[in-house]
Amino acid sequence: MDHPDTPLAELPLDEIIVCPQCDAVYRLQRPADGERAACERCHTALITPRDNAGLQIIAVAVAVMVLIIGASVFPFLTIDAAGNRNAVSVLDAALAFAGGPMILLSLATAALIFFIPLLRVLLTLYVLVPIVLDRPPARHAVAAFSLSEELRPWSMAEVFAIGCAVALVKVADLADVGFGPAFYMFGALVVLVIAQDRFLCKWSVWNSLEHPKKS
Amino acid sequence: MQMVRMELSGTSQEILSARDLGIVACTRCSKPAPMGAQTCSRCGHRLVSRDRQSLQRVWAFWTVGLMCYIPANTYPMLKTRTLFQVDESTIIGGAVELAHHGNWGIAFIILFASVVIPLAKFMAVAFLAISVKQRSVTSQRQRHYLYEVVEYIGRWSMIDIFVVAILSSLVQLKSLAAINPGTASIFFALSVIFTMLAAQAFDTRMIWDTQTKDEGLKTND
Ligand SMILES: [Zn+2]
Ligand SMILES: [Zn+2]
Repeated sequence: MDHPDTPLAELPLDEIIVCPQCDAVYRLQRPADGERAACERCHTALITPRDNAGLQIIAVAVAVMVLIIGASVFPFLTIDAAGNRNAVSVLDAALAFAGGPMILLSLATAALIFFIPLLRVLLTLYVLVPIVLDRPPARHAVAAFSLSEELRPWSMAEVFAIGCAVALVKVADLADVGFGPAFYMFGALVVLVIAQDRFLCKWSVWNSLEHPKKS
Repeated sequence: MQMVRMELSGTSQEILSARDLGIVACTRCSKPAPMGAQTCSRCGHRLVSRDRQSLQRVWAFWTVGLMCYIPANTYPMLKTRTLFQVDESTIIGGAVELAHHGNWGIAFIILFASVVIPLAKFMAVAFLAISVKQRSVTSQRQRHYLYEVVEYIGRWSMIDIFVVAILSSLVQLKSLAAINPGTASIFFALSVIFTMLAAQAFDTRMIWDTQTKDEGLKTND
């Protein structure tokens, strides 16, 4: 970092950063907290440090965990038509396919909207809590963070949340539909999941896992 | 929020790729390693400068996804039973019916979300896979942006399945009315999943390789 004129090719590997999306190479410069370092040609965010990001992510993760569990137990929609009443929870929705070969779809739905989001939250906490407390990384933290990142696209709690709203619109004129407590939990979940993705700087996490602070 | 522009090498404005510098970066944790290293020293992921098998996997997943998309449209998505009738409609059939009843807005949204977007995703992935094999008139940045859009939208297509799940569990009103999932739902879900896998299998670094070649051919700039 001290020799800004050194050609990129001659820099040691720990002084460069490679864009994982387009393979562009840059001289590593750590942005200040709150700034974002982005790739010049594909605009992928490379380093996005934030003040207290670790604590914020942990707080959000705990909230997400509580919401996922809560939103799965309580009913999210109720329906009323000519004296027939029905209230459904996430579990009921996942079991909607439970007949014949559709059972696979039930399992997949349950995984996408409940088990994978929950697992990702637990993995995030497992990896980040020791880092934030300035302790050595947890055992297998690298594998845990890798798995968490791999599962990211398959965690669909927030897609399901929007699905609730769509379903509501579709049956609204057929019957009396009401919100259960879980509906609002899902609403909060959408916001928190987006916030969590914004707070997390993957580069910083990988860096902390590789070079833990000595405590 | 401020953007920091990553400093480019020396005086040249050209962006070098890791492959040009004899470096291979981990696709999982982005740690650079010298070319020839087999696994990432930080996360243990397999290191490949360019995934040569990437396109094969893209086309394999793409084909399965497209094959699943056909029965997803020919079989009924929902089975609706009311007091007087049983209705089994496909995605398109349901939208047409809504349009007949004057609900043009909802019919249009359903057609757009469940037909236009999935087909657009297939075309986009195919276009990207073909474009890295030959010169493309579309700029690298546009194609990269297209990839990001496809990757972002991919998981949101599962919303159709979730809506079917919600409706089927919610509308169970004994003799009055009941909605049950149709055979199409399983194919639609598979189609979405395989399209997501196809997009994930695509090695985006290949988009930028052609640019380097193209620019080498150009003398101006
Ligand atoms: Zn980039
Ligand atoms: Zn790695």
